[in-house]
Amino acid sequence: MSHVITPPAPSPGGSEKALRLGRRSVLRHFLTRPEVGSLVGAVIVFTVFFTIAEPFRSAGAFTNILYASSTIGIMAVGVALLMIGGEFDLSAGVAVISSGLAASMFAWYFSLNVWVGVLFALAVSLAIGFLNGWILVRTKLPSFLVTLSMFLMLQGLNIGITKLVIGTVSTRNISSMDGFDQARAVFASSFTIAGVEVRVTVLWWMVFAGLATWVLMRTKVGNWIYAVGGDQESARAVGVPVARVKIGLFMTVGFMAWFSGMHLLFMFNTVQSAEGVGNELLYIMAAVVGGCLLTGGYGTVIGAAIGAFIYGMTRQGIVLAGWDNNWVFFFVGAMLLLAVVVNGWVRTQANKR
Amino acid sequence: MTDTTSTSTGNTTPRTAPLLELRGIGKTFGNIRALNGINLRVDAGEVTCILGDNGAGKSTLIKIIAGLYGPTSGEYLVDGEPVDFSSPRQALDRGIATVYQDLAMVPLMPVWRNFFLGSELRRGVGPFRMLDVARMRRIADEELRKMGIDLPDIDAPVGNLSGGQRQVVAIARAVYFGARVLILDEPTAALGVKQSGVVLKYVSAAREAGLGVIFITHNPHHAYMVGDHFVVIKLGETELDQPRSELTLDDLTHHMAGGAELDALQHELERAKDPQVDPLHDAAGEGPDVQGL
Repeated sequence: MSHVITPPAPSPGGSEKALRLGRRSVLRHFLTRPEVGSLVGAVIVFTVFFTIAEPFRSAGAFTNILYASSTIGIMAVGVALLMIGGEFDLSAGVAVISSGLAASMFAWYFSLNVWVGVLFALAVSLAIGFLNGWILVRTKLPSFLVTLSMFLMLQGLNIGITKLVIGTVSTRNISSMDGFDQARAVFASSFTIAGVEVRVTVLWWMVFAGLATWVLMRTKVGNWIYAVGGDQESARAVGVPVARVKIGLFMTVGFMAWFSGMHLLFMFNTVQSAEGVGNELLYIMAAVVGGCLLTGGYGTVIGAAIGAFIYGMTRQGIVLAGWDNNWVFFFVGAMLLLAVVVNGWVRTQANKR
Repeated sequence: MTDTTSTSTGNTTPRTAPLLELRGIGKTFGNIRALNGINLRVDAGEVTCILGDNGAGKSTLIKIIAGLYGPTSGEYLVDGEPVDFSSPRQALDRGIATVYQDLAMVPLMPVWRNFFLGSELRRGVGPFRMLDVARMRRIADEELRKMGIDLPDIDAPVGNLSGGQRQVVAIARAVYFGARVLILDEPTAALGVKQSGVVLKYVSAAREAGLGVIFITHNPHHAYMVGDHFVVIKLGETELDQPRSELTLDDLTHHMAGGAELDALQHELERAKDPQVDPLHDAAGEGPDVQGL
């Protein structure tokens, strides 16, 4: 700023390039968006089920789809941010259960107001996230190994501690405890819009996805997340606190796991300690279908939300079409493969100009 | 070192202390000695070229200047004060900016986001402070135009730019953020003739603007085009340290290529030629017969 570079004659390279390139059309610009592939996919899936399954067309079915999407989608918000930051978290699925167990057992064992348990669970979830990030940053091991270890350890702890405290593999019903009704209102209630019942998680999902998108696109931290995922060494060289960003991202996943765990707890009153396994891959699936690169530095939270919505539609659509429920995962898997191929193709086509 | 050219300080006021000075810098990694007794002086409005073969210790030296490594021995002074940087950020705050070989840019991110990465402009207050996108885009565009490159799309990912354009974006960024000393790590290494020319023009433009430039290269021709002072490093030690006035391009090329060692090698190769020549002549003699068949 303090120096004025004497402008050298405009380089022929620059202007020549400008002549050859021209401006990208609006359509091309749109096609370079990471979430385009998933948007097209969502429209196709919606059209298919809308055509073949009559029950799919009702408003009630639609809110059910939104609810199914939100249970995956809330976690996918955190997982997508983390993936854009260049890492992923295999422990996310069981961490949700850990959080629910922590809240339930802490409040039940000490006979406290459930909100104390909820706060305790928040601390536990953030600590798990912190630990994932801290170990990753300190050991420089790939996140696959760090979070796989965390996943296995948490799975063991979930069942082991539950058996120690409760004596069985699931927690006690806490629905009669103090503060339960308020907590349920926050985490697991439903409200009515235009005569249709909508689960509150759908609202939270939108809030989290909106907030995360704002952070990603319009704040310094968002810029850092893309940079850390895109090229860690470059980011460090220009002064981005890489370690803090990564730990923060793991803690964000922890926060989302806490929220999802609280939803499970106040929805069903008890938590099964062996659940959650495999869900981490669904979160990753949603993020990747939504256009996030597994290698980091590219993608959006909106894309991950669309990815979760595709999952919700497939899951409910297959039931509503009267097909065997077991086919859900086949279709989700095929969708993932297709989405990855289409996303990659769209990206190269759009960049070819 | 004291008799170096003090006349080339150009349009800035003459300083008593150089912008940046290294005295007897050494660096060891375990039992490997990467650098030993390196002296370096950078004045405003002067291009100091550091030359050396692969593995000579150039990169280690830059990393010390940029604050990525601390030296094992020796003194590092900025404006005559000893400094001890523990991060690149601290070096940046003193106006020492490095344009790395990989440019420290994130290929997937748009040009303007890269331009302001790590030093983002923001507006608003408290938790709602957000990026001032409009201003960052405008400034990035202006600064790049000043450097003579007119990108068709400031939103294009940096990975889509040509090598020369990327270099210039990185240089423009360093200059905009108040660099007083610009360290260029092999800016022309991967570029063609034309693109190299573009970059060299900006090196000289930066000197005219009163910046001290450290230009690392292994190409003596590029160095001689813009350099005011030349330092050749070999196996971690200073092999040559001379101002432009005492040096010709041939001298520089000679030193760069290994000097005396190269002479010996050449001599050796010439001797080795003789015994090989005879069999070649024999083979050539058979040629016409074979073709005659």
